[in-house]
This record gives sequence, C-alpha cells and structure tokens, in this order.
Amino acid sequence: MSAGKISALQASRRARSALMALLALLALGLSGCASMPEGALARGDPWERMNRQVFSFNEAVDEAAIKPAALVYQSLVPGVVRTGVSNVFGNVGDAWTSANLLLQAKPKQSLDMGFRTLVNSVLGLGGLFDVADEMGMERFASEDFGQTLGYWGLKSGPYLVLPLLGPSTLRDTTAMLLDVQDSGASVLWKEPRDRNGASVLQLLNTRVRLLNAGRVLDQIALDKYVLLRDAFLARRRSLIYDGEPPDEESAPAPYKSRGR
Amino acid sequence: MQRRTWISAFGLGALLLASPVLRAQAMAADAFVRQVSSEVIDAVKADKSIQSGDVARIRQLVDAKVMPHVNFQRMTASSVGPQWRSATPDQQKRMLVEFQTLMVNTYSGALTQVKDQAVVVKPMRGSADRDELVVRSEVRGSGDPIQLDYRLEKSGDGWKIYDVNVGGFWLVDAYKGQFAKDLSSGGLDALITRLADKNKSLASAKN
Repeated sequence: MSAGKISALQASRRARSALMALLALLALGLSGCASMPEGALARGDPWERMNRQVFSFNEAVDEAAIKPAALVYQSLVPGVVRTGVSNVFGNVGDAWTSANLLLQAKPKQSLDMGFRTLVNSVLGLGGLFDVADEMGMERFASEDFGQTLGYWGLKSGPYLVLPLLGPSTLRDTTAMLLDVQDSGASVLWKEPRDRNGASVLQLLNTRVRLLNAGRVLDQIALDKYVLLRDAFLARRRSLIYDGEPPDEESAPAPYKSRGR
Repeated sequence: MQRRTWISAFGLGALLLASPVLRAQAMAADAFVRQVSSEVIDAVKADKSIQSGDVARIRQLVDAKVMPHVNFQRMTASSVGPQWRSATPDQQKRMLVEFQTLMVNTYSGALTQVKDQAVVVKPMRGSADRDELVVRSEVRGSGDPIQLDYRLEKSGDGWKIYDVNVGGFWLVDAYKGQFAKDLSSGGLDALITRLADKNKSLASAKN
C-alpha cells in the first residue's frame, strides 16, 4: 500500500463527519433541480450522474491501491490471523447490532446478541475467537442505525455513492454520523494514530472478503453501477423488513406490521 | 457484511436446483427444499473438483442438472418484460440461448464459493396447497446469515423454480435492471447482441 493511500485515508477519516454533513446538505439542495432518469428501478436514484462519477472514482482507487493492497495482505497474513481480525471487527459490530435491536423494541433478540458479544469478549479473548458460534448461539443479521430509522418508517431517500465508502442512501449516510459500527476501530482504539492503523486493517479485511464477490460481479454485470445500486437498495429494504419485504412499494413501515 | 457467504449462498442455491430429489413426487414445498438442502451440502463437501474451482466440470454440472429444474422461459420473459410478447419466435430463441449461457456463468462462479455452510429452511406460512409459493431459507456459515428464498410453481407432481432471492435481491429484478437500458435504446436485438458479446468475452477469458 502506498503512503499516499494511507494519508488519503487518514485525511478522509478526519474529515468524515464534516464530509457527511456536507453531503447531506448538498443532497438536500440538489433534490430540487435533479432530473429523473427513466426506468422503474431508477426512481430511487435522481442523482445518478453525480453517483456515477463518484462510482468511477471509487473503482479507480480500488483498482490502483486498495485491491492490490488486499492481495498483498491476503498472501502475507495467514488465514488464522485474518479470521481473528475478522472476528474482532465482527464482535464490535455485534454489540452495535444489539444496541440497535433494542432501539427497534426487540428486547429478546437484543439480549441474545448482547450475550453473544459478552461471551466472545470474555471467553473469546476480546472477540478474537467466535466462541459463541461454537456454542451454537444464533447470530442475527447485523443492524445499524440507518436500519433502525427505516424500521420506524423513515424513507431511505435518494441513492448516494460516497467517496471511498461506496453505496449508501441519504438516510443511511446521515445515520452513519451516529454509527459506531462502521468503524469498529474507533471503539477499540482511542489514539488517532492507532485508530488509523486499525482502519486500514479493517479496510483490507473487508476488501479481501470481497475479492471473490468482485470477480462474480464482473462476470455477470452488463452495467456494474446499476447492479450494485439495485442490489444495495433491495438488500437494505429487505434488512429493514427482517428478510420479508412486502411487494408493494407503498407498504406500511415495518414496525406497523409486527406480530403478523 | 460477509460477501463471501453471500456468494456462497448463491452457489448453494444453484446446487439446490441441481439435486435429483427435485423430481420427487408431490411433496410439500418446504419439506422438499429442506430435504434437498442437506443432500446439496453433502454433495459439495464430497466433490473436490468443485471446491477447487474446476470451471469446466462445474459448468457441466450446472448445464446437466440445474437448468432442467428451472422454468427458464418464465424467468426470461419476466426479466425482459413487455417486449417479450411482441418478440418473434426467432428472437425469443436467441435470447433464451444467450441468457442461459450468462446464467450458467453466474452459477459457475458462485458454486466455487460453497464451503462450510448449512441451509436452514424456515417454516411455511399460509396454506401450502397453492400453485405458486415462496419458500424461505437461510444459509448459515461464519458471519451474518444469508437469506436465500425461492419462488416455486407447481409443475405436474413436483415444483419448478422461477425466481431466486439472494440476500434480499430477486434474480429477475436484478436482470430487469441490467436489461432496461439496452431494451429501451435498441430493443431486444440490441440486448441479445450485448449478451452475446459478454458471453464471448467470458469464454475467451477463461480458456
């Protein structure tokens, strides 16, 4: 990984909060004058032109720096260690999932996930080993604050591709300001210097897991931007409805259809 | 998010289609998916050449065992949309050939990702004697569980699959989005040409 890449990442991290707020504002400002592309699936993407530019930027950065670095990481670091790294970040994510389940008034699932985190933190040496999985404890799909807002009926708003961070929506980007989960690093490491190192590690860890997915995507996509967008929006909607989204677009918010 | 498991789920879905049990007589749809699931896992674990990514062998398997159990005509028709009905028989035939090749490529890539996963079929809700229904399942491996659902239609004594949902994304919706631009700018012929080019470049990349 080049030094330039690291400093770019550091800069982006420092400027993240400001950037998010700016993007949210920009997004709100743009919504007035944006023209709608045709096609039913494009309804959630009034900023397609801007999004495509950011998407191209992300692809270029990935091709030039992130993917090569991930390949090096994969070849140098043994699988056991990589699994450990993955588990630590996963454990922090589980804690945040537990908190969000509580915010969605699902106390039982929240408690289960909380207990899972506790087991892995204590018995699994700070999350290094997924002991809870060995014990047969169920893992629920991860929840973040954007999903919690969606659960209580807030619409996703337009699709938004973020520089370096990738697919999002206006709602999820705003929620990310509160999301601890997307930087497990910031929970575990308080010193900025350590945190930046950890962020790079998290980035590499994620990218390695995406290597195969990327290959399959390149194989089947006629238009990769559209495929990623449609997949992202469908998946977010499905997650908010806990895997059973209604067919109609104008269906009531998830919390209203509880206990069906 | 575990994209790796996501892709594996896709592969499992493909293998699920591949099992001979699909020919079983008038079985309840969820029991049928459940029974097939366990056999699929065993099949993958037993086959070293699939795990090591022998593309030719995987493609053979998909061609011979997966495709016969999918209502492919219906999948193609709904992915193309209204233009399918106004297409000539010749156009339809060419479209089916190219789309099928693309699908086999998709599955071949995904199949190599199946490792240590298990499929849990969720209990069915509502009456089970309908002609079309959804069977929901979940692929559990390391990391987040991955949603894997099927739309089934009754076909004689058994079932045929006409759509698959991986991680919240229906396959037909995915292809609808991919096809829309070519269909609106150049019609079905433009799309067929595009698919043929794509398939050719994939074939040359692999050999």
